[in-house]
Amino acid sequence: MKILRLADVEKCVGCSLCMLACSRKNVKNQRIGLGHSGIRAVSLSGFERGATVIFCHACLEPPCAEVCPSKALKPRKGGGVTYNERVCFSCHNCISACKIGAIFERDDGKIAVCIHCGYCVDFCPHGVLEVVEA
Amino acid sequence: MISRVLTIDLSDYTYEIQEREDLVEKWIGGVGAGIQILKERLNPSADPLSQKNVIVFSTGPFTPAYPYASKTVALFKSPLTGELGETHAGGRTAMAIASAGYMSVAIEGKSEKPVYIVIDGDRVHFRDGRSIVGIRDSLILGRILAEIEGGRGIRSIIRAGYAGEKLVRYACLTTETYRHFGRLGLGAVFGSKNLLAVVVIGNKTYPPADQKLYREIYSEIYRIGVESEAMKKYHLLGTAENVLPLNELGGLPVKNLTERRFDCEDISGEKFADENLGRRIACSHCPTACIHIAALREEYEDERYFFKTVMIGYDYELIYALGSMIGVKNRRDLLKLIHRVESFGLDAISTGVCLAWATEAFKRGFVSREDTIVDLEFGNSASYLKAINWIVEQPNEFYSDLAKGARYAAEKYGGTEFAMTFAGNEMPGYNTGYASYIGLTIGLRHSHLDNGGYSLDQKVSSLSPQETVDRLVKEEMWRQVLSSLVVCFFARNVFRPELVSRAFLPIGFQFTEDELEKIGERIYMEKLKLKKAMGYEPDLSQIPERVFEVETPHGRLEREFFEDALNYYRRTYFLKAD
Repeated sequence: MKILRLADVEKCVGCSLCMLACSRKNVKNQRIGLGHSGIRAVSLSGFERGATVIFCHACLEPPCAEVCPSKALKPRKGGGVTYNERVCFSCHNCISACKIGAIFERDDGKIAVCIHCGYCVDFCPHGVLEVVEA
Repeated sequence: MISRVLTIDLSDYTYEIQEREDLVEKWIGGVGAGIQILKERLNPSADPLSQKNVIVFSTGPFTPAYPYASKTVALFKSPLTGELGETHAGGRTAMAIASAGYMSVAIEGKSEKPVYIVIDGDRVHFRDGRSIVGIRDSLILGRILAEIEGGRGIRSIIRAGYAGEKLVRYACLTTETYRHFGRLGLGAVFGSKNLLAVVVIGNKTYPPADQKLYREIYSEIYRIGVESEAMKKYHLLGTAENVLPLNELGGLPVKNLTERRFDCEDISGEKFADENLGRRIACSHCPTACIHIAALREEYEDERYFFKTVMIGYDYELIYALGSMIGVKNRRDLLKLIHRVESFGLDAISTGVCLAWATEAFKRGFVSREDTIVDLEFGNSASYLKAINWIVEQPNEFYSDLAKGARYAAEKYGGTEFAMTFAGNEMPGYNTGYASYIGLTIGLRHSHLDNGGYSLDQKVSSLSPQETVDRLVKEEMWRQVLSSLVVCFFARNVFRPELVSRAFLPIGFQFTEDELEKIGERIYMEKLKLKKAMGYEPDLSQIPERVFEVETPHGRLEREFFEDALNYYRRTYFLKAD
């Protein structure tokens, strides 16, 4: 299984193109904007200290799946989770369980989490992200 | 489609949300929609620093949809020129406003006590700002707001600095540390409304009208941006690459235009990149990341082996205004000046031009040492650092006059002939010829970005006054379309009319190239009408005498050429704006 990984976080310029790509990638529910993204580009308490991206670290024992009462999140082979949004009822337990804050609330109340598809890599202009074999 | 307009009244702490699809259909969005909102709400004769002034922030239909649609247009009445104020900023503001679900946000009235506003999707919060008044460093204010408010990664923090609180007429707004609503004094308008900052948070999305086509056109724009030559200049050295070639050409303004060439090796784009460039940053949705940040490492004044490293944004305009225009040729000195201006939230161009005028006025005896407190002399950055403090603190009458702009100060003390302002706005760094100066005089915001006159000067050698005006106005009309989308002007070579027209389709609009051109013309005339109502007159009195005395790459500029051009402009465009 492949996972999305940081190639070089110091190269991040904070452009948010990864977030927009992530919102756009779902062919069944393509969205324009940031609010369906499972990755987030942030400044480090102001851009004078640079920028970084936050996304699922592909834990081998994901706590978010453990606290998910509906089994919308299930451990994924190779690390991280799969997400079945149809059964998610927006309790947000997963958001609290993720230590690195890599699960985000979508604009429809459900959650967005990186499933390591790698679509964003093609739209990162500066080589911050890469997909590798787990 | 995002067509909601949020109106916030600071006088009674209320807000209202309206659907304004009518504005999108007729005026696209951005500046086109914004100018209509301003006209509906602002009395043209209002005092710019009274509660009657209205501020409109406006994004457009491309804002969340396409790369390079990273700008927000702000419209207001300018306290610097007394007529139409318009300034554009990047950062994350446009993305945040659109993601909060708004095309435009209008702010009116005046708060009794200092406040800041948090726009969080459909809700607006008015926060007590009394404990964050008087912070002298805009960076610190930004950090405080970043820590106490939510929305990390999906927000924008737009703040006026200390200069805005002190009503300096060319105070700016700062967003995401390094981008600015720079020109024409929007910071002072915030100050006059007791408004410290606006935090915008949002994560709303919407589906494209045609998913497949949307992906295709998105990728096309992205590829042009990252693979073609269209963005090359901004991708490499950035705007600072202009320093050496413009100096070579004789187009770089030096010491208030008293000299023709400058020793600018140390402050060139190449030198900044080689020695100081420490980081690049991007506005939301921009793959180019043109924001160049210099690292300045400095030892403490009184302690050995203690260092601080300050990260300072630089661009061509700052190198001109706080460098060549005031004779500062040392990179470290220049960076310190830029940092000071940035900390206070001053517009760098206006600050530099005001200092340049003050230096010459002091040298020639129009103002005394008592006025200036220090000996202002070209190249003396230590004096300029003090003078910048005093522009903000205004310890005497002279500095409080200088805080009202170079034109105001020159009218009071003398020396209007060398106060380098056009219609009251301090000039940008292009002594390139007729098109630059005529462009600044007739440009709707008296900015080089209105019509790119500096570029026309460098491309074409012999245009008649009429041709010059027509070319400038035509360019400015098309730029109304770009700033209604709203895309960054640096990407103007990406967003050609054909592509713009096509890119509307997958997001559910239809505008032919012809229609777009006509809308551009109409927006231009709407703005001109409003300027006229605010008292703007396109005549020679808007131009300082020095323009007719200096050598430019086009030689010495004839007064008659300007007269002909302005008469033609008046007949052909100005008188038709009714």
